[in-house]
Formats: sequence, structure tokens, C-alpha cells
Amino acid sequence: MNAVTRATMVDLSVEVGGLALRNPVMPASGTFAEGLERVIDFNLLGAIVTKTITRELRAGNPLPRIVERPGGLINAIGIPSQGVPYFLEETMRHYAACDAPLVVSISAPTAEGFASLATELSIPGVAAIEANISCPNIEEDGKAYAIRADSTEKVTRELRNATKLPLWVKLTPNTGDIAEVARAAEAAGADAVVVANTILSMAIDIKTFRPCLGNVMGGLSGPAIKPIILRQVFQCAKAVKISIIGCGGVSTAEDVVEYMLAGASAVQVGTATFLQPAAMTTIVSDLGAFCLRREIPRVTDIVRGVVIEEADEPDLAWVNPRP
Amino acid sequence: MAFTAAIQPDAATSRVTGSARWKPDIVAELAPVIRNDAVNAEYRHLVVSCSDVAAAATPGQFFQLLCPHPAGEQPFLRRPMSVYGADPANRQLEFLYKVAGAGTRGLDTLRAGDTLDIMGPLGVGFTLDPSWRRIVAIGRGAGLATLAPLALAAKRKGVHVTAILSARRPELLVSVDLFRAHGADVISVTDAEQSSGPTNVERILRQLIVEERCDAFFTCGSSRLMRVQQRLAKEFGLRGQIAMEQQMACGIGLCHCCVRDFNVNGEIVSRRVCWDGPVFDLSEALP
Repeated sequence: MNAVTRATMVDLSVEVGGLALRNPVMPASGTFAEGLERVIDFNLLGAIVTKTITRELRAGNPLPRIVERPGGLINAIGIPSQGVPYFLEETMRHYAACDAPLVVSISAPTAEGFASLATELSIPGVAAIEANISCPNIEEDGKAYAIRADSTEKVTRELRNATKLPLWVKLTPNTGDIAEVARAAEAAGADAVVVANTILSMAIDIKTFRPCLGNVMGGLSGPAIKPIILRQVFQCAKAVKISIIGCGGVSTAEDVVEYMLAGASAVQVGTATFLQPAAMTTIVSDLGAFCLRREIPRVTDIVRGVVIEEADEPDLAWVNPRP
Repeated sequence: MAFTAAIQPDAATSRVTGSARWKPDIVAELAPVIRNDAVNAEYRHLVVSCSDVAAAATPGQFFQLLCPHPAGEQPFLRRPMSVYGADPANRQLEFLYKVAGAGTRGLDTLRAGDTLDIMGPLGVGFTLDPSWRRIVAIGRGAGLATLAPLALAAKRKGVHVTAILSARRPELLVSVDLFRAHGADVISVTDAEQSSGPTNVERILRQLIVEERCDAFFTCGSSRLMRVQQRLAKEFGLRGQIAMEQQMACGIGLCHCCVRDFNVNGEIVSRRVCWDGPVFDLSEALP
């Protein structure tokens, strides 16, 4: 059998939170916009996830908005948004030609605001709603709904009643017990949880003694946070039955394999796109190659496949590949 | 990381789902270094071999460079670098840079035969209005590197350039010969000679305007000189363009970290330097 024939036998399709995706790789909200289509073919992505949309125009945070650190990036962009009318007229039209499902990320200052925005955006052309209840920049001192289970349950329930579309809830890693928060989202009707957003952090310029970011604090992303978010995906996978979308420091197909073994059905890629604009499509093809090499017929076969107990006989044929 | 080149997805994915018509006009690729030499005490001249798409860069556009890690440092993000020269016939790109931080210290480690991960061409560059016959280019420091390819583009269109080049000291002026080679009249001003202040530059510019040698201003690298030009442009009804700088992460309009405010008919609007610029209308720029 030649390589091409064998390659096409790898099934990268996944079912995630009520959506069927051709592969498990999609952008993380806030790290994707129309400009990227001059570098990659959007039709190669599992889904498209928009920048977070708010009802009103938002200017975002004061400059500087980013600072780099080894292995990562701290951002305090602050969700600049052009508002709903711009999204309906411009953004929707732009993505209409793309056949990857369009997931719309939304944010609002109140649970009712989230719900009404979800209702307004539950329109043909939108495949799912991702509720960004976790941005550490938008509320006072980095607090967000997803820090606590009770506020997560309340806002998720409002959202569930507001839309029939698949509902993804994006959690924050800045919480004491993310599994409890994921359980609350599941109980309130979420179809998937995105685990997770950026990690609240800070950097100080030792020349000026001032914070490096105009907003003082920001969210850390990039390879530096992957081990932390991977642990949180693993914890959530033990707590809920709904789909988990891993998001944190995914740069390579190997990162995707780790996330899927920990329990994610799909991943979002953010910061890696800033370094390599073709990161997502490279990951998709490398993931196919990984499965081919390990003779894994369907990528979903490895979801939740991490082998913890040594006494267990792994029931996955490809754990011990033939030499 | 091991990614290379504009994505050429293989195997299972693209064959099934990709769009046959789709072609990138921004590429990320590993560009072999042809040379990387010092031009004076502060500036280095880097020449790389590249693809047709990259070599199609126009004056004012920039590339995002994934800089090598110098000893003991880990620059995480790419670094924006304006195009100093683009040669489609020989598929080469040139950059002029000053070693200033971790990224440029990394660039300084490159030797002929090494490869550099470049991404571009990016942004909106300079435009030459067909009605302009004589333009003035005013740059300071690294801003001169951004303006140099404009002089060549102007020469090819039969537009005469007067270049006012500013630096701290005469020996730090870069591109004087290049501007002259492109047929420009060069006026150099320096801090050391006390000729670079806004008052003197304004005097020179007024003279050029009186002599009808200025249909438009092109500038980069100094807010003080920008304000002088804005004032004169308003007074004499002239147009202008400015290449602006800002800290960047993605370079393609995704992250919104490089925004700046602009005054558009009295209204303050926020624009992304990487995607909406880096070249903007002079009259709308704010320091």
C-alpha cells in the first residue's frame, strides 16, 4: 500500500460538543482573524473560532498590551470588539465562503448580557457559541465567572436557555478546582468545556520598576503553560462526560496527542500561530502522520487514552507499537 | 520548533479538504543567509535568499523575523523588520538593523549559509501618487532603512527624491550612498552638528517647498520631524505618508497588541500598525 492511500485511511474527524469537525484543530479565540487566510487555507481547519464579540464597541486595554517571557507571552489586550452590527455585516460575510464551522466567541458583563447576545447570534451560519466566561482582563482584578462553580452554573444556565446551538463554555485556569467548575458547566447544559484560558500573571520592568503591561496584570499563554492546562484537562476529563477542548500552549501535533490522551476531543491553537502562522495546518498534517506511524485508524481512539495504572492491561492496541 | 515554509499540508488532510484555488501571498519560510555584515558602529546589513512571494515585498512593508537565540537569551516572539531592499529578479531580501535587544543580538549571530525564518511580506507600504513628480523623504535612525527602498521605487517611476537623513553623529548616517545611487539629492543633518533640530529641518523644508521640490512628504523614525511635516503639509496643502512603529506579536492583525490612535477628521480611531499600516496618512498620525 502506498503512503497516500494509507494516509487517507487515517480518520481525523471528531465530534465535539454537538459539532462534527473534519479534524480536531481550531484557533483559540483572540488569536485568529481574516488576515490569517493570506497564509493558510481556512478550509483545512477543524473549525473557525472568532475573536470574542461583545455587544458594544470596546477599545481594549492601555498599551503596552503584551510582554514576552521565556516560553510564553503575557497579554492584556482587553477584548477590543467592533460590536455586533460589524460582526453581522462584515465578519459573517467574510466567513460565509469557508466550509469550516464558525464558532462565535462571546462575552458580556452580566449573565443576562451573555444570554441575550447568544440569542442574537444564534443565526444561520453560526455553528456554535463559545462563551468566554474566563477572560482575566475584563473584570475587576482578573475575576471572571469561571473562577467559581456557582457563577459558572448561573451564566451557563442562562446561556442554555437562550440558544439551541451547541454551547461551549471556556473555563479559566485561575481557579482552585477546575473540575468542580467543569461539572457546574455540564450540569447547567454546556455541550463542551474549553480548558482553558490564559493564566493570570504579571511582569515587572526592573529598569523602570514599573509593570510591563499597561493593565498591570495579564494572561500567560504559550508552551510555558501547557503542563498546567494539560493537568486541568485531565482533571476535567475525570469529572465530566461532555467534550473537552484543550487550549494552552499547543504548538505541535505531539502536544495535541498529549491533550487527547489526557481527555480532550479537540484542541485550540493560539500563541503558536503568532510564531508560525501555519502552525494549525502543520499540526493537522503532522497529526495525520503520527496516527499513520502508530497505526491508529481514528484519532478519536486516543481520547482519554492515558495509561495511569501499571497493573491495567492497556486496551489500546497501539500503546506498544511494533518495533 | 520544526515548522518550515508556507504550509504545504500533506497526506490525509489537504487532499481531501483543501481548496485547490487557494494560494498564500504571505509566507513563512527558512531563508538562507547570503551575508550579514556591519555597515558602521551600530548597523548591520543582512541579505537573505527567499521565495518569489517574499521577494515581491514593496517599500514600507515589513517581515516578522524569528530571531535565533543569542547566548543566554530567549526572544520568544518574532521581531518586525522593515524591508531595506527586495530584489524579485534575484529573489533576495535585505534588512538593515541596529543591535538593540535580544532579537537583534540573535540576528547578529547569523553567518552566511545559516537560515533565518522569515514571514512576510506584511502590511501596507508606501504609495506613489502618479501626479507627484518630486517628493521629500525624511528619516532618522533606523527609519532611513524603511525609506531607502522608496527612493528606488520613485526613481523607477521618474519621481525625484530629496532625502533628508538624520542621525546622532555623521558616522551613524546609513544609506546615504544608497539614496544617492537611486538618484536622490541627500541633505544630512546630525545632532553632533546641531543641524537635526526641528527648527533647522523646518527651514530646509520651507526652502524645498518654495523651490517646488516637494509634492509630498514621506517619513519614518521621528515624532518631532513628523510634527514639523504635519504643520507644513497643512500650511501648504501637501500630502504625506508615515511609516510607524509599534511593539508587535502576530504581525498579521490577529492579536491587536500593536494598535495606535489616529485622528481621522477630528475623531480618534484605533488602528493596527501591523495590518492597517505600518504606512499611514501623515495628516492622521498621532505621536
